[in-house]
Amino acid sequence: MRYSGWRIIREALTGNRGWAPVWRDPEPKSAYDVVIIGGGGHGLATAYYLASVHGLRDVAVLEKGYLGGGSVGRNTTIVRANYYLPGNSEFYSHSLKLWEGLERELNYNVMHSQRGLINLFHSDGQRDAFARRGNAMVNQGDDAILLDREGVRELLPYLDFGQVRFPIRGGLYHPRGGTARHDAVAWGYARGADARGVDLIQNCEVTGIDVEGGGVTGVQTTRGPIRARKVGIVTAGRSGQVAAMAGLRLPIESHVLQAFVTEGLKPVIDHVVSFGMGHFYISQSDKGGLVFGGDLDFHASYAARGNLPMAEHVMEAAMTLMPVIGKARVLRSWGGIMDMTPDGSPIIDRTPVGGLYIDCGWCYGGFKAVPASGFAFAHLLAQDRPHPTAEAFRLDRFATGRGLMDEEGTGAQHNLH
Amino acid sequence: MRLSCPHCGERDRREFTYKGACLTPPGGDWGAAWDAYLHLRENPAGETRDLWYHEPCGTWAAVTRDTVSHAVAGSVAARDAR
Repeated sequence: MRYSGWRIIREALTGNRGWAPVWRDPEPKSAYDVVIIGGGGHGLATAYYLASVHGLRDVAVLEKGYLGGGSVGRNTTIVRANYYLPGNSEFYSHSLKLWEGLERELNYNVMHSQRGLINLFHSDGQRDAFARRGNAMVNQGDDAILLDREGVRELLPYLDFGQVRFPIRGGLYHPRGGTARHDAVAWGYARGADARGVDLIQNCEVTGIDVEGGGVTGVQTTRGPIRARKVGIVTAGRSGQVAAMAGLRLPIESHVLQAFVTEGLKPVIDHVVSFGMGHFYISQSDKGGLVFGGDLDFHASYAARGNLPMAEHVMEAAMTLMPVIGKARVLRSWGGIMDMTPDGSPIIDRTPVGGLYIDCGWCYGGFKAVPASGFAFAHLLAQDRPHPTAEAFRLDRFATGRGLMDEEGTGAQHNLH
Repeated sequence: MRLSCPHCGERDRREFTYKGACLTPPGGDWGAAWDAYLHLRENPAGETRDLWYHEPCGTWAAVTRDTVSHAVAGSVAARDAR
């Protein structure tokens, strides 16, 4: 079934009786070429590109809950390509290009809105850092404009330009940055993968990974054993537990990151805006809710909820930057589980077990990476060599110390990102 | 979440700085054991023991707590945790 404006009009005039479920609910087969553990954004994108780019259709995605029920539906939906370091820069640049063609490719409205992203700076040092980052983005072929204070005021007149503690000196403007509808990204990839023959199997928890003679032979699940030639682990948030089934220990510690949504308001925040002096970022959803967040709570947690001190910090940052939203009421807040690596960059690589591959460690930046992560992981699974955009995301970079990608420059240590 | 300090008892989380999993550093030169100590983690969903610095009294505490429920079971001084 193709979606189009014409189709919506026709269904509206005929009582919406023509819509059908957009993916099957198949029973798991006893064997597949490739089994992907995890039916989130990255896993579904991997399955989609395995089928669409590499022609591998004997593929199953095993999801313990429901499709898109994890972090892909629990983030602040920001899409950007403003990374600085080689390794990250080309990967996120590729991801943004995939985003820009995603709706046409999937025939699915993921509500990708390139409304522009402005990272504010508040000191000479921050200005220098952002100028340098902007140059790196331009060198990568992406867009970046360094705004002075008046340039920011023109775009964001509602900010508090009068406050002197953290004066707004300017901002780095990334016009192609923006947001997308997070659930729709998972659903769009799921629909595309299913249409190409991929089995999407929900309520199917992997309870064991079968390894014989140093190679993977299949998985044990709550719906029976499934043999597989290759297995991909794409379970950010639970990577450690799943990898442990194959006897692996990962350089990952799970942390909680909170997000907040207010009641629906008329349009007030037209862009994605981030505050440079308190780690706060905000956008407004198409429904009108202000969607915002801040830093990690900074301790290992799987609770999927945070603590009040960080909530207070985020509210303080909001009020410092834009007191105009002070009377908006917060409707809900939640916590997502972040796969934190020591250097803050992800992992897409083979594992020491033959035929077992892993895509994990997305820290607090996994949503924007969904298309390129799926693209690169599908390439790795299909061809057994890394895609050029993701060659740097090696599992062994911590052991060797070579190729660490520490965007914050704080050191490759667990408690510093 | 309120954490416990072996010295001061139950205190506000804001008085503590998180360090990470409570592990014993290996001896000797760089090798697989150092990589494991610095980078690899059990990362349990459930009971864990991690190091926190209690700023008001300057104690390094090894806190036993649950990463799923945020319940805190207690703590000992880091030097007694090995």
